[in-house]
Amino acid sequence: MTELAIRMQGVCKDYPYFALQQVSLELPKGQVMGLIGPNGAGKSTSIRIMMGLVHQDSGDVEVLGNPMPAAQIATKRETGFASDDMRLYGSMTLEWHLDLMRRIYPNWDEPYAQQLLKRFGLHAEQRIKGISHGQRVKASLLLVLARRPKLLILDEPTTGLDPVARHEILREITSIVTDENRSVLFSSHNTLDIERICDQITFIDRGRIIDSLDKDTYMDRWRRLRLEIPSGASVRALPGVLGIRQTGRIAIVTVNAFQPELPGAYESSGARVQAVETMTLEEIFVANVEKNREEVEA
Amino acid sequence: MKSASPFIISQSDKRPIYLQIIGQVKRYIAVGNWVEGDPLPSIRQLAADLQVSVITVKRAYLELEREGVIVTHHGKGSQVAPKQDLAEELQQKELVQYLELAVRLALQLGIDEKELERRLRETMERLDERERV
Repeated sequence: MTELAIRMQGVCKDYPYFALQQVSLELPKGQVMGLIGPNGAGKSTSIRIMMGLVHQDSGDVEVLGNPMPAAQIATKRETGFASDDMRLYGSMTLEWHLDLMRRIYPNWDEPYAQQLLKRFGLHAEQRIKGISHGQRVKASLLLVLARRPKLLILDEPTTGLDPVARHEILREITSIVTDENRSVLFSSHNTLDIERICDQITFIDRGRIIDSLDKDTYMDRWRRLRLEIPSGASVRALPGVLGIRQTGRIAIVTVNAFQPELPGAYESSGARVQAVETMTLEEIFVANVEKNREEVEA
Repeated sequence: MKSASPFIISQSDKRPIYLQIIGQVKRYIAVGNWVEGDPLPSIRQLAADLQVSVITVKRAYLELEREGVIVTHHGKGSQVAPKQDLAEELQQKELVQYLELAVRLALQLGIDEKELERRLRETMERLDERERV
C-alpha cells in the first residue's frame, strides 16, 4: 500500500450557514494535490481541519500518519502551512521573521532561504508594511519553504500574484516532490496551475467532495461531443452524459464518464458526431458546478 | 534562467501535456540529439524542470516504453531503446501522420485525389528548387 501524507475519512463539520459533509480524500506521499472549488465550497475549512486549526465534529483525519487534531503538535513540526490571512508583523523586517524561524525550526535551510530571497526579489531588511501584496505572499511562502517541511499545505498560494511570481511559486512546488517523501496540497482558483502541476485533483462544492482522484483519470473521463442531428429529433442522454445543449440540429453533449463506445452509440442512434473534444479543467470546473447548482435547485 | 530541460510545454497546444512530452522525446531521437542508450531525465526531475505533475511525466514515459521508444530498468532510470532504425522509424511514422492530415484537410476543402497529387508534386518541386539554390 502506498503511504499517505493526508487521509480524511467521512469528515463532517457543522456551521450555522455551512456544513462540511462526509469529506474523504487521500494524498499519497510524493504527490501534489490540488483542491479546487468555487468560493465558499469548503476548501479552507478542509485545510484548517487538516492543520488542526478547526476540529471536525466527526470523521477521521490523519496527517503524516498522525491522528488530527490529537497529534497536532507533532504534525505541525513537519508541516508547512501558508494562507492568505496569515499575518506577518507589519512593523518588523523580513529579517526579523527569518530569525524567528531559524530559532524555532531546527531543519531551517539557510542557504535555501537566501536563494529564495534572491529568486523572489525580496530584501531581508525591508519592513513588511512597506512591501507589496505579491511580495508579502512570497515572503510568507519563503518562511514555510525554507523549513523544508515533509508536507506543505498552501491555501490559495498564487492568488493575486503576477505571472512571473506565480511561476516562481509553481516551480518551488514542483521541485519539492523531486523528493518522493515530500508532498504538497494546495487550493487554488487557477485551474491552469492545478491542471499543470497536480497529480491528484479534489473537487469540492457546497461542502461535499464531488470527485477526488488522480488527474489523468479525472481529465480522461470528460469529453465534449458536437453532434449534428436529424431535423425534428432530440438528443437522448446516453450513459455517462452530464448535460445536453441543443439548438435546432446542433447539439453539444458534455460527458463526465466517457467510454470509447459513446460516439458510436450516438452515430447508430442517427446523429452525426462532428467532434469529440477533450476539456480543460476550467471547462470541467464550470460544467461541474453548474450541474451541481441545478441539482440543488431542482 | 537555468533550465536543465530541453522541452517546452505549450499552453496554447491543445494536446494533453503527456502527449507533448512524448512528441518532444521522439523529436529528440528522430533528429539524432539522443541516441541509443542515452539516459533520459528521471521522471521527478523532468516534472520539476517542466513544472508539470509527476503523474503526467510517468504516463508519457510508460507510453514511450510501450511503443518501444525507451526502456526502463528498475532503479536505473530510462534510456533510449537500443533499436538501430528508431530515428528513421519515427520519421516514417511522422510522415504518415502528416500525409493523413493533408488528406483530411483536402477532403474538408473538397480537393480531389488528382488535385491533391498535383499540389504535392508542385510542393516537392518548389522545395527541391529551394534546396538546390
